[in-house]
Amino acid sequence: MIRFDRVDFRYGGTPVLTDVDLEIEEGELCLVAGRTGTGKSTLLRAVNGLVPHFTGGVLTGQVTVAGRDTRDHPPRELADVVGYVGQDPRAGFVSDVVEEELAYGMESLGLPPDVMRRRVEETLDLLGLAGLRDRALATLSGGQAQRVAIGSVLTTHPKVLVLDEPTSALDPVGAEDVLATLQRLVHDLGLTVVLAEHRLERVVHLADTMVLLPGDGRPPVHGPTAAIMAESPVAPPVVQLGRLAGWSPLPLSVRDARRAAAPLRERLTNASPPGPAAPSGPAGAAPHRVGNAAPSDPAALSDAALSGPAAPSGSAGAAPHRVGNAASSGQASTPATDPRGRADGAHAPASVRALEIRYGPVTALRGVDLSVVPGEVIALMGRNGAGKSSLLRALVGLVRPSGGRVLVGGVAPHETPPRVMVRHAGLVPQDAADLLYAETVAAECAAADRDMGAARGTCRALFERLAPGVDDTLHPRDLSEGQRLALALAVILTGRPPLVLLDEPTRGLDYTAKGRLVEIVRELAADGHAVVLATHDVELVAEVATRTVVVAEGEVVADGPTGEVVVSSPAFAPQVGKIFAPVPVLTVDQVREALSWA
Amino acid sequence: MRRRLHPGAWWLWALGLATAATRTTNPLLLLLVGAVTGTVVAACRSDDPWARAYGMFLRIGLVVVVVRLVFGAVFAAQAPGTTLFTLPSVTLPSWLAGVRVGGPVTAEGLAVAGYDALRLATVLICVGAANALAAPSRLLKSVPGALYEVGVAVVVAMTFAPQAVTHVRQVRDAQRLRGRSDRGIRALRRLAMPVLEGALDRSVQLAAAMDARGYGRTAAVPRARRRATAALVLGGLLAVCAGLYGLLDGQAPAALGAPMLVSGSVCAAAGLWLGGRRSPRTRYRPDPWALPEWVTGGSGLLAATAMTVTGLLGADGLRPAPGSAPGLPPLPAAGVLIALAPALLRGIRT
Repeated sequence: MIRFDRVDFRYGGTPVLTDVDLEIEEGELCLVAGRTGTGKSTLLRAVNGLVPHFTGGVLTGQVTVAGRDTRDHPPRELADVVGYVGQDPRAGFVSDVVEEELAYGMESLGLPPDVMRRRVEETLDLLGLAGLRDRALATLSGGQAQRVAIGSVLTTHPKVLVLDEPTSALDPVGAEDVLATLQRLVHDLGLTVVLAEHRLERVVHLADTMVLLPGDGRPPVHGPTAAIMAESPVAPPVVQLGRLAGWSPLPLSVRDARRAAAPLRERLTNASPPGPAAPSGPAGAAPHRVGNAAPSDPAALSDAALSGPAAPSGSAGAAPHRVGNAASSGQASTPATDPRGRADGAHAPASVRALEIRYGPVTALRGVDLSVVPGEVIALMGRNGAGKSSLLRALVGLVRPSGGRVLVGGVAPHETPPRVMVRHAGLVPQDAADLLYAETVAAECAAADRDMGAARGTCRALFERLAPGVDDTLHPRDLSEGQRLALALAVILTGRPPLVLLDEPTRGLDYTAKGRLVEIVRELAADGHAVVLATHDVELVAEVATRTVVVAEGEVVADGPTGEVVVSSPAFAPQVGKIFAPVPVLTVDQVREALSWA
Repeated sequence: MRRRLHPGAWWLWALGLATAATRTTNPLLLLLVGAVTGTVVAACRSDDPWARAYGMFLRIGLVVVVVRLVFGAVFAAQAPGTTLFTLPSVTLPSWLAGVRVGGPVTAEGLAVAGYDALRLATVLICVGAANALAAPSRLLKSVPGALYEVGVAVVVAMTFAPQAVTHVRQVRDAQRLRGRSDRGIRALRRLAMPVLEGALDRSVQLAAAMDARGYGRTAAVPRARRRATAALVLGGLLAVCAGLYGLLDGQAPAALGAPMLVSGSVCAAAGLWLGGRRSPRTRYRPDPWALPEWVTGGSGLLAATAMTVTGLLGADGLRPAPGSAPGLPPLPAAGVLIALAPALLRGIRT
């Protein structure tokens, strides 16, 4: 169906794809994986000729789709065989109503009206969109928008569907909706599906084959998913666990792993109490890790952070161990020895009472209580549109509360001028690039020092810590997703806020970058910062959060230690948690440690 | 589910009423027109976001009336009559002899200004009604095939504005997060760059998506036909211009008037039709033009006709003297009331 014949692609002298030689069969669901910047999107866009017809660059070799050579067929001439859905489905919407969006592709192809009518009805049913047919596209949720985007390319009856990160912006339930739809298309219609995804844990069990892009100049590998996964440098928790336990065949789904894990579950249940398998779950495990990680690297981050003129006096080096205590207790008691707690007197990083936020007639948050103590890592979870971002925005004063009270470091955020507010709380928004304006990394860091009133070089030193070895003269837009997030975080940390807020930080991050983020967050917590992250990424939550707050319909529906909140929820439980339930382990690292204890 | 009327029908109806409004300064007739549009909008509008346009235009109309009254009182030369009150006046130098600031304000003067403002406000309200009942973007979908590309460009541009507003808000938030004030000239300059970049990014993404979905596929067309198309459209439009000029300018030779206009229109239509065949596009569920559309569009045209005919016959009542109480001339009033037809139609069909 799709054939890449010795394909090389260079963009302005930089090789992006080298020696791609593969064939994807009809009816195959093929997953394209690899680290950021290894050319996944380029490979996908080469399938329908957007590369190189639209992007420019030099493509050698031959790409054929359903017998058509992309050299002779620009994307519009392939529209009837390849359906392409980009990373942001909303960016590709052409009309304003769902039904018309579905018909747009067919209108371009010149199909007769009766055929169009029939196919639109079929597609509405197939994707469960019938109730949305008259809705304005702007009012759809993320999952709905993604399904409309898929529907709008399906109506032309393409043979191939190409999707670039179809679930990365979606909450776990929305993602499952979309993936179930894809599986149905493959099974019932024999569609060939090619998709790229960073969150392998969501899709790997659905894929028949995988294309792994190594990214170091070697050609990509294509083969059955299990075979590729055995070798892959990027792997979801279930695969890491399988490798750790030496299971063969390697399980790809939670179900397979659960069946293979019975003996292991037995051992974990009997493991000795000091191990992380104790009921406190990761709340018990996290401080342990923090204690291990931070002293070996004597608070270099806090050194950089505290070297500014306004640094509060106090020994940051002593923090990590105390922090562990605070985190495991999970209570709103400020540890007396915490440097920040002392500097700010009795003010907690944040305390929220009966908060209500309304946007016109819509109530985004209602009756929310939350107190944050130093050294705590709180995960905010919940559906798209549940009010997570609103809460974060209220904490930095971007929205004015309609009722209740918000105090951050003892001040009301929306009444505090921005210059002062950055010293109390810093938010890295969903699109980290929004924070960056300058032409080069160096200029960005210098501007951050000026904005935050910090000593020169503070931001650059922080950035070096978070993402070592980045060229100073690069444009922030040319950084990888992970580096850009690190730069935005460095900018925010320049103000040394006791409260650090991250909105959906792992969107677009590969496993390596995510691992780095986990380390950074743990170091921040060890240094006495309180961290609140709003995220859909259950694996990240399991790794890093000491406490989890679930928001639904603008209300807090669960608040407690991560282990307890997450294990009981089918949507928010991480893979390892599902595999070992009811034993409260959440991450592969915990299993590894537990096994060394047992 | 109720069928939506063809957007063209609604615009015809609204423009008919607007034309009627331009022909009179009788406040009773104008208020009648406003009431008719309000009734029909209330009866026929949908839940779509653009349906709120009517209220917005209504407010703009009120602002127009107020502003015109204030200006009329302060600056305009007053019609002779009863003096209501006297504003402090400013004596201007002799070279500004025609201009008056302040002084006595007469009831008649205010009435003239008010009638005039009311007429403008009513026209605005008619346009608002059309916007509320049929989104302009839906109207664009009915343009001839040859103009399709232009139509898409306009639709895309219109979805662009709300997106840009969202993005501006994001960037301003980001400024605050960096501890910068979001007010003042410097903040504006820092705002411009990211917003421009974002706009460019989005247009590139949209272009890629449209290309991938088959936008711009063309059928093979012989060169002779392509040239004929261009010649017909251009020639036709030129002829239409000349024809309009001939009609409006009483001194122009008669041949330049109606005949030129008609033949030009025919040429342009033929050109557009030929050009439309170049694109293989078809249209999904085109809005049909059936009886309800005829009734709706026709009722608007009748209202305009009744008013125009009354005006041409020289009947009284369309332009009441400012001093006397205005009466309600029967023929124009009946014409305007006919424009209630869409609301009645809606009642019958449900």
